[in-house]
Amino acid sequence: MKIIIFIIQKEFKQIFRNKGMLPIIFIMPLIQLIILSNAATFDIKNIKFSYIDNDHSSYSRNLIRKFEASKYFHVITSFPNEHLSNSAMLNGDVDIVLEIPQHFERNLTKDKHTNLSVTINAIDGAAAGVENVYINQIIQNFNRHIKLKLMQPNDAQITNLNIISIPSFWYNKTLNYKTFMVPGILVLLVTMITLFLSGMNIVREKEIGTLEQINVTPIKKSQFIIGKLFPFWIIGIGILSIGLIIAKVLFKVPIIGNFGLLYLYTSIYIFVILGIGLFISNFTDTQQQAMFISWFFMVIFILMSGLFTPIESMPKWAQIITEFNPIKYFVQVMRMVMLKGSGIVDILPQLLKTILYAFIMNGLAVWSYKKTS
Amino acid sequence: MENVIEAIGLTKSFGAFTAVNAISFHVQKGEIFGFLGANGAGKTTAIKMLIGIANPTSGAAKVAGFDVFTEAESIKRNIGYMSQKFALYDDLTVKENITFFGGIYGLTRAAIKTKTQALIDELNLENVANHLVGSLPLGWKQKISFSVALLHNPKIVFLDEPTGGVDPITRRQFWEMIYKAAHQGTTIFVTTHYMDEAEYCDRVSIMVNGKIEALDTPKNLKKTYKAENMNDVFLKLARG
Repeated sequence: MKIIIFIIQKEFKQIFRNKGMLPIIFIMPLIQLIILSNAATFDIKNIKFSYIDNDHSSYSRNLIRKFEASKYFHVITSFPNEHLSNSAMLNGDVDIVLEIPQHFERNLTKDKHTNLSVTINAIDGAAAGVENVYINQIIQNFNRHIKLKLMQPNDAQITNLNIISIPSFWYNKTLNYKTFMVPGILVLLVTMITLFLSGMNIVREKEIGTLEQINVTPIKKSQFIIGKLFPFWIIGIGILSIGLIIAKVLFKVPIIGNFGLLYLYTSIYIFVILGIGLFISNFTDTQQQAMFISWFFMVIFILMSGLFTPIESMPKWAQIITEFNPIKYFVQVMRMVMLKGSGIVDILPQLLKTILYAFIMNGLAVWSYKKTS
Repeated sequence: MENVIEAIGLTKSFGAFTAVNAISFHVQKGEIFGFLGANGAGKTTAIKMLIGIANPTSGAAKVAGFDVFTEAESIKRNIGYMSQKFALYDDLTVKENITFFGGIYGLTRAAIKTKTQALIDELNLENVANHLVGSLPLGWKQKISFSVALLHNPKIVFLDEPTGGVDPITRRQFWEMIYKAAHQGTTIFVTTHYMDEAEYCDRVSIMVNGKIEALDTPKNLKKTYKAENMNDVFLKLARG
């Protein structure tokens, strides 16, 4: 125990003496949290909308005005024909072309039926899907409006059988993406900082030759590893705390759940990441190698964590891989506890898997750390 | 005399390459043992086996009475080591380095305090005790390194080219420190490329291509090889 304290003291001195490291540990995460949470939004705004009006009637102008009024659409231009609109789409100048056919108004009033052509740039499939929904909402709204106008008193019984669904968004009522993203990005910060710091730390001692000096002392493997990793555990918890304060004060993210539970889970989670970091540093000889390998895992972990894309929509094999992704569990727990107020029973599966993971990774790390070659 | 190092047929191979080829020798208590050889002769590999950070491929060796295969951790409690690569922490002060290494050898805070003061007085480090080690000249660092290797009163201290790149005055001071430690009963196992230093040793071994080609006192070696000085002995052996 005494020996571990000597190591911890030394590590903290070195961390706080390293003028290049301190900003990386404390300031960069904050900047990332603030920038990423604001930038990484899935809201689709400023859609570049254009139209071809072949009818030039009061109805067609009405419809276009509805698009103009929507905050999602940025009405760029009208095209005289399809040829010009197609080349604008090709250039990326417009995202959507709405073509109103000739006799739009006449067909609506006489036949009560007409067609509209909508062309959407679907290079970004997810965005195209959302745009499609927005367009449909506007057209349907227009449709109801027209119906009311054209309705004859004796039509009432026939047309009123419409079913209208009103979505109710739970846990994030205003569909605020910051509420959704902040807990997730906080997960990334805690993970990245602890993984990179722990992964590079022991390798650094290898590089400068001090690890050999440590290895000729009678120190026990476990003492050395605990002494080495404990400071980073503290830093991880510190980053979580700073992040939670920012989430609450700056982003006004509702934190419904229990703070104790968040800290309990995070404190176990950090062990997993530190174990991975140590494991990496045992198999690398330079900080550069350690950094590349850490990044490799980090990118896979992030993209398969459900933070940006839902895991449910991944192929089956990919979903199986995500079972081994610690970030996935942390993202789930953060969102569940912060936004839904989940209790310990709700997060029990994630908690147990994380504990198991922590044991396996740290076991591997201690096993693979060799004082003799 | 009691033998503190005994090696019999100690061998280390890396694949097809044999870095250390069945070396046998012994070192007596309180002796200054010079372990010479050209670059790549296998000195460092041999030392690594003796200090318990590299497993021998075959052979047997006992250091401070403990087996290198099975009791490496007990060996570590009884030896000090100073590597070729300077191994104090540049970003810690002199005092902090002493505290840290004293601490991981299990010394108490009180013992560390007394030792630190004694060491600072002995090396005249009063003015730089709170300076970062990285800011000190190499010769100073090496002297501090040696003192740190002696902190826990080891029976044997292994020095791997301790005076490389150090000026002649500091080298002399360094050897005075070595003599003092040897006088107090510490066995010194030292590698060097300076042949004048080899003359200071009680006995010298010369390694060539993984084998010990000669082992005797400097005086006898000069006689055997009909050489003026150790430099000529070394050249005759190393050139084959």
